[in-house]
Amino acid sequence: MTTTFHNSRAAQALRKCPTGIQGLDEVTFGGLPHGRTALVCGAAGCGKTLLAMQFLVNGALLYDQPGVFMSFEENETELAENFASLGIDLNELVAQNKINLDYVHLDKSEIAEAGEYDLDGLFIRLDYAIQAIGAKRVVLDTIEALFSGLSNTTILRAELRRLFRWLKDRGVTAIVTGEKGNGTLTRHGIEEYVSDCVILLEHKVVDQISTRRLRIAKYRGSAHGTNEYPFLIDEQGICIMPITSVGLNAGASTARISSGVERLDTMLSGQGFYVGSSILISGTAGTGKTSLAASAIDAACRQGKRCLYFAFEESRSQIVRNMKSIGIDLEQWFDQGLLEFHASRPMLFGLEMHLVNMYKKVNEFKPQIVVLDPISNLTAAGNFSDVKLMLTRMLDFLKLQDITALFLDLSSVNHTDQTNIGISSLTDTWIALQNMEINGERNRGLYLLKSRGMAHSNQIREFVLTDHGIELLDVYTGPEGVLTGSARYAQEEKENAKRLLHEQEIERKRREIERKHQQMVATIADLKATFEAEKEELEKIITLENAYLKAQDNNRIHLARLRKADS
Amino acid sequence: MKESIEQDSEEIRDDQTYLLKLYVAGQTPKCVKAFANLRAICETHLSGKYNIEIIDLTKNPQLGRADQILAIPTLVRHLPSPLVKIIGDLSNTERVLVGLSIQPN
Repeated sequence: MTTTFHNSRAAQALRKCPTGIQGLDEVTFGGLPHGRTALVCGAAGCGKTLLAMQFLVNGALLYDQPGVFMSFEENETELAENFASLGIDLNELVAQNKINLDYVHLDKSEIAEAGEYDLDGLFIRLDYAIQAIGAKRVVLDTIEALFSGLSNTTILRAELRRLFRWLKDRGVTAIVTGEKGNGTLTRHGIEEYVSDCVILLEHKVVDQISTRRLRIAKYRGSAHGTNEYPFLIDEQGICIMPITSVGLNAGASTARISSGVERLDTMLSGQGFYVGSSILISGTAGTGKTSLAASAIDAACRQGKRCLYFAFEESRSQIVRNMKSIGIDLEQWFDQGLLEFHASRPMLFGLEMHLVNMYKKVNEFKPQIVVLDPISNLTAAGNFSDVKLMLTRMLDFLKLQDITALFLDLSSVNHTDQTNIGISSLTDTWIALQNMEINGERNRGLYLLKSRGMAHSNQIREFVLTDHGIELLDVYTGPEGVLTGSARYAQEEKENAKRLLHEQEIERKRREIERKHQQMVATIADLKATFEAEKEELEKIITLENAYLKAQDNNRIHLARLRKADS
Repeated sequence: MKESIEQDSEEIRDDQTYLLKLYVAGQTPKCVKAFANLRAICETHLSGKYNIEIIDLTKNPQLGRADQILAIPTLVRHLPSPLVKIIGDLSNTERVLVGLSIQPN
């Protein structure tokens, strides 16, 4: 039961006619309403004719749908000239019967009105043009020109109503352009008759920076993006980026990318940053952010990865020269086409324009790494919240494509809680380069403040720029606090001296023991000798005594004999 | 002012034949009416010095491009020059005469 219901719903859904204009098909969820008329209105120079012509040309080239362009303002030659600059060869398309250009000229001074009339002549002409090439798309630019040619507005309005119904009956998808009126969408209010789809084009100037914007004011029978979408007009025509349509749908890669500094990779649990993550490098002026970014780029290019560098402060040659001084050669990667550089001052365009521009470049170049140097400069083109919004969109966009992003932020003071723009919570990794001032000199320290998803070192390292690259040294944490630079050397020397002293002390003590030992040995020998001497003496005496006793005995016996002992 | 126009008209009228093209789209009431009105005016005020050509755009649509015909019916005066277009069923005779610069008989 439910499936059949769903199918019938799908079948009745409004058919769309794709415009082929980048971004517009996304915003309208498929294109303009098929077989109906859409109104495109805006002030002079907004891009209405361009949009309409692109709709037609794309129809002919991409969707095999021939189209009729009925122009009330420019003749065929002028149109061909104007669109040649976009690479559109109208004459060729006309020759191939893919486009029919019809210039309708109304000169009020030539015409007098006498009696009832209708606009069948226009209908017949349009019909003829459509049938000549089998057109499926029609553009009327701008039909309000009829109002300046013919004075009977009653007839005109009635005929316009009839015209749009006529177009619908023929099943062609049409665009009608109209100039913006005061308080109304079009000067003569034709939006009453053309109300299936209304697109507004605007050209806003805020703080001297102009942005073009498009808005779908109305789209009967279909969901559509309702916001204002900035667009730009470049050598390929109109380009809209519906960038608010990003969700948090990015995947999380487990692959890693090196930072270019071996010890930093070690601090990041041994392997470096996650691919597709966002890294914020913040620091005050001159702390070496660009150098660190260049290290990462160097390492990546070495592995054949492509990098895109957006600079808002320095020129390409300046950065290349500066990096040469620390032993990083970026020129070779330019030559190999792995590194592309785009430098522009932020106040050149509005923020949306920068964003749209960057999108285009990323889509064209397809890099694996993108660097923005520095993001803090963008506040020249908008306020903090606008910049944050723009950077959020950029981050989302890059994450969805698994591109690693390096954002460099110039902070005015040593910030470790959050950056000026407040973007530190959005990025996955935050490296802060800070100045440490001790003993009359300043050295740089690298603080790895956060790195989501991996164990990382919490140790502060001294960040040194040498002529063979970046080195990270252990920072001295002694009783006097953190020491870097020459203070560290001094401390290290002191420690060395102390150690030497201790060693000598030990040596001295050892000799002392040696001496005592020898002394003991000598004393023992001495005692032994004395003992031996006395022993000998005593033995002699014993022998003498024994001899005396024996002699005594002998004497007594002898005496006894002599005395003839009359016993 | 009027005199000079009269003079001009007289001059024109004496020298040239009127070459008129009436553009129609089939036999709609307006077109039939326009033709009838035109015939009447020409008979009355041009006394034979005229040439009417009827062009039916439903049969030959491309012919409308040259003269930039949008409204039907349209009357185009090719001769005498300058080119003049009058749109409508020509029921307003006075307007037609003024538009074609014809001195009424």
